[in-house]
Amino acid sequence: MYEFRMPSLGADMEAGTLVEWLIKPGDEVQRGQVVAVVETQKGAVDVEIWETGTVDKLVVEAGRKVPVGELLALLRTVGEPAAAAPETLGTRGAPQVATAPAIVAAALPRAEAAAVSARQRVAPAARKLAEELGVDIASVQAAEPGAVISRADVERAAQAKTLTPAVAKAAAPDWHAQMRMAIAAAMSRSKREIPHYYLASDIDVTAVSSWLETENLKRSVTERLLPVVPFMKAVALALREVPELNGFWIDGAWRPSAAVHLGMAIAMRGGGLVAPAIHDADRKSLDQLMADLRDLITRVRSGRLRSSEMSDPTVTFTNLGEQGVEGVFGVIYPPQVAIVGLGKITERPWVEGGAVVVRKVVTATLAADHRASDGHRGGLFLAALDRLLQEPERLR
Amino acid sequence: MTSYNREQIRDIIFDALGAIAPEVEPALIAPDRPLREQIDIDSFDFLNFIIRLHETLGIDIPEKDYAELLTLNSAVEYLTRRCAAQQ
Repeated sequence: MYEFRMPSLGADMEAGTLVEWLIKPGDEVQRGQVVAVVETQKGAVDVEIWETGTVDKLVVEAGRKVPVGELLALLRTVGEPAAAAPETLGTRGAPQVATAPAIVAAALPRAEAAAVSARQRVAPAARKLAEELGVDIASVQAAEPGAVISRADVERAAQAKTLTPAVAKAAAPDWHAQMRMAIAAAMSRSKREIPHYYLASDIDVTAVSSWLETENLKRSVTERLLPVVPFMKAVALALREVPELNGFWIDGAWRPSAAVHLGMAIAMRGGGLVAPAIHDADRKSLDQLMADLRDLITRVRSGRLRSSEMSDPTVTFTNLGEQGVEGVFGVIYPPQVAIVGLGKITERPWVEGGAVVVRKVVTATLAADHRASDGHRGGLFLAALDRLLQEPERLR
Repeated sequence: MTSYNREQIRDIIFDALGAIAPEVEPALIAPDRPLREQIDIDSFDFLNFIIRLHETLGIDIPEKDYAELLTLNSAVEYLTRRCAAQQ
């Protein structure tokens, strides 16, 4: 019998509210299938299962707040017979967090609001109607996740509002407060526990910039690569050369990761951020990385993330150059051991062969955990990143 | 190819911006100041903005022309010109 438990969706998560089951007893499930929706402080997450089999029993019912590691469901793996005496829902698993019914009721609409409030897409006519009807547009949900909010959605929200005004109104600000709490917890733990060291290196990116320009000239607008994409690949490849920066520090021990799951720091509209993973970034083509990044940002801003994206980034990559920042010294997201930062690409005077020339230059930075690596190895990482960026045609 | 006047182009720009950054209030956009100083959009949002204009107007906007879309006024001028050229 496979025990499906509440996953940890980040260092800052102690418990999550099971919002919805997407399976029922008797269902066949595949490894990697999304089986439940869990609300965390950082919004609602689609939770996957990592075993193939038949659902035997749902142990926890929807609406309950459950600590990380708690049994959620039982799965019969292939060839296993059904349990002789099925137990009643909710009788197992004593340490469930007791939750007052009123809080459970409020949690449901909040989870849905969280998923859309990050970045809503609203038709102008719908916005106008919302103003006329006095509906808070942030509380309106589209008919389908990620769809543009229409007049019909606003009308439906207006009707719901007359039924449950208190719940709808309380939703959005509470979610922002929760997001800040989650960030506060993780970042405080990081600064308390992790002995950070910081390195910076200016890298000539003229070659990769012109390569990308030529490449995008050949592409239609829908196939263009964002400037960050070749950098993602170079960072992932450089991490393979210095594996001490890729993995986790857990319970006083270093646990390297063979795979490079690049956590992309993505800002959310209205404040807050998440850093979900692009899996196996070192082995993906630039086109695949662009497709994955597009999918990830779209879901961060208007849909839902998956549990594996939240739980398994092995390193974080933050790109603050777009705001004009020249360099960023990040705070490591525990239990990861490194965060790579990229600033704005600027034209700067650069000495080459004894002459001053104008080059496109970026400041790349590394904040790393001194328990897992030393400055010398960190320096080798930035040197590898520099070297990889000089041969952009090999990044494909 | 449909022909568009400046007013229509302006509305199409607002629709594209509104789909990306819903909090944008068209009346509050200063037409001569850079859009990205007034609206919190990143390169991903900007690419989606270009894609939406491409889908609505049927013109391909090369990267080297992105600078022409910096302000509302310059964007209206550029897109009106490009659409007329495709007639």
